[in-house]
Amino acid sequence: MTTEILTHNKISLALHHLRRPDEAPDPNLRPLLLLHGLGERSPGCVPMWAEAWPGPIAALDFTGHGDSTVPRGGGYSSEMLLADADAALAALTSEDPAKGISVLGRGLGAYIGLQLAGARASQVHGTILCDGPGLAGGPTEPTSMSFFALGNDGQPPDPYALVELGRDLRPPDYATSFVRLAVTGSRLDQPITVCAIFRPAWLEATVGEHGVAESTLAEALHAYANAR
Amino acid sequence: MDHRAPSPLRSYPGAHVPDRQYRVDSDGVSIAVHEWGNENDPILVLVHGGFDFARTFDSFAPRIATRGWRVVAWDHRGHGDSQHAALYSWDADLRDAIAVMSHVSPHAAVPVIGHSKGGALMIQLADAQPYRIAALVNIDGIPSKRPIPDVAEHERTKMLAGEVAGWLDHRRATATNQRKPGTIEELATRRGRMNPRLDRQWLEYLVTVGAYESTDGWRWKIDPSMRFGGFGPWRPEWALARLPGLAMPFLGVLVSEVEEMGWGTLPHHVSPYLPLNGKLEFVEGAGHFVHIEQPDMMVDMVLDLCERVV
Repeated sequence: MTTEILTHNKISLALHHLRRPDEAPDPNLRPLLLLHGLGERSPGCVPMWAEAWPGPIAALDFTGHGDSTVPRGGGYSSEMLLADADAALAALTSEDPAKGISVLGRGLGAYIGLQLAGARASQVHGTILCDGPGLAGGPTEPTSMSFFALGNDGQPPDPYALVELGRDLRPPDYATSFVRLAVTGSRLDQPITVCAIFRPAWLEATVGEHGVAESTLAEALHAYANAR
Repeated sequence: MDHRAPSPLRSYPGAHVPDRQYRVDSDGVSIAVHEWGNENDPILVLVHGGFDFARTFDSFAPRIATRGWRVVAWDHRGHGDSQHAALYSWDADLRDAIAVMSHVSPHAAVPVIGHSKGGALMIQLADAQPYRIAALVNIDGIPSKRPIPDVAEHERTKMLAGEVAGWLDHRRATATNQRKPGTIEELATRRGRMNPRLDRQWLEYLVTVGAYESTDGWRWKIDPSMRFGGFGPWRPEWALARLPGLAMPFLGVLVSEVEEMGWGTLPHHVSPYLPLNGKLEFVEGAGHFVHIEQPDMMVDMVLDLCERVV
């Protein structure tokens, strides 16, 4: 494994290359980007559940997680993590933007993966949404939540990330707006596949949209690896 | 350490630099606090709006201070003289507000006046931590649902695609972005496009307290990674849902002249949501910065409420 450091504004992001092209059975296949769950970090090697992907595999540590910067004072949002994932997309496609990537997200990473699928629909060829920490997120409308300083010692995972991203608002129609962007901009008929067993409201709404498939993880990896 | 703000390069009738300036730590983010008036007077808190800064109260705050108040305002993170943070969010702004309010009045509720986004933030704080706020004035900061243009679904999807991609493109460049330099006059002209009702002398005064000078010219202090607008799950009308439950005296001030930095909220949007102890004032012929356009009238209006709770 090698680690590349990306810069997203004032944050250094760790992008781990778990399987480089020269190590992949199919070095010309687009890379698979792994996005971890809330409070997790990227795996140190290709995880067993992703081994079936024949191409290169990379994994991003989100802001406040793993080997990426833990900032002071919090201020996390899913949209800021979307920009983290976009920085990884830019790095992985810097030599050939047309090649694009596929994405596999766990928990919080699944929600961010869905956003990336919509935001960069022409470059993300297949996004797989799996169970994992932070899949549910917060409520779908305003609540009586309060606000407190948490303190952090600079070590990951940042407690502000755990709290703020664990309760960020996820209205179902906001999630489905990214599905529609993905379907409109992708060359695939089904650019999103849901493998998650647990289905919070945003994911249940996602599954109900045109262009979203449901399958096992193995089937999803196989389908997107063969979608040229 | 407290110190008096230096004299600005330009003057404006009725504008005074803060009597005291110091910094408060909000869990690692340094927040600049500005105060006007006698330290022993009762505290009144002013909260500025988005893409603004505390020194835009240089004309409004001293007028309140002369009526017997210690006026406290701070620059939101990334704005004015506060630190440019790695991350920005609504929740983080609320925590910074709590850090400052805990510093100046740890045990007693104080009257709070919020303008624009600052007013919307304070509605949420009043709902979440009502023990901090004795009375709440909201100056053109009650968000309401904007009318949605009558466009087809596929057109709306295309608009969202452009917004999201534009924002991400901006984020990719933030590590190296800088605000555009210019002369005092050029920066005043730029700000004037957002604040068309404010006079030239005031805009030039603002440049000298809200921008910094370097070898190639003046630049606004606001963090260049910040961008007007954006997207997200939050809906402006959600702020209205918190209004009816507020128990402290509440005054909402709305204006007739719609400007880019305001929500364009009208009385009929808010009236059904007014709390039992709430009141609404509609100022005809005034814009989003009504407290700068008509400071004396606004001081009378807001103190009429605040003086009742001290």
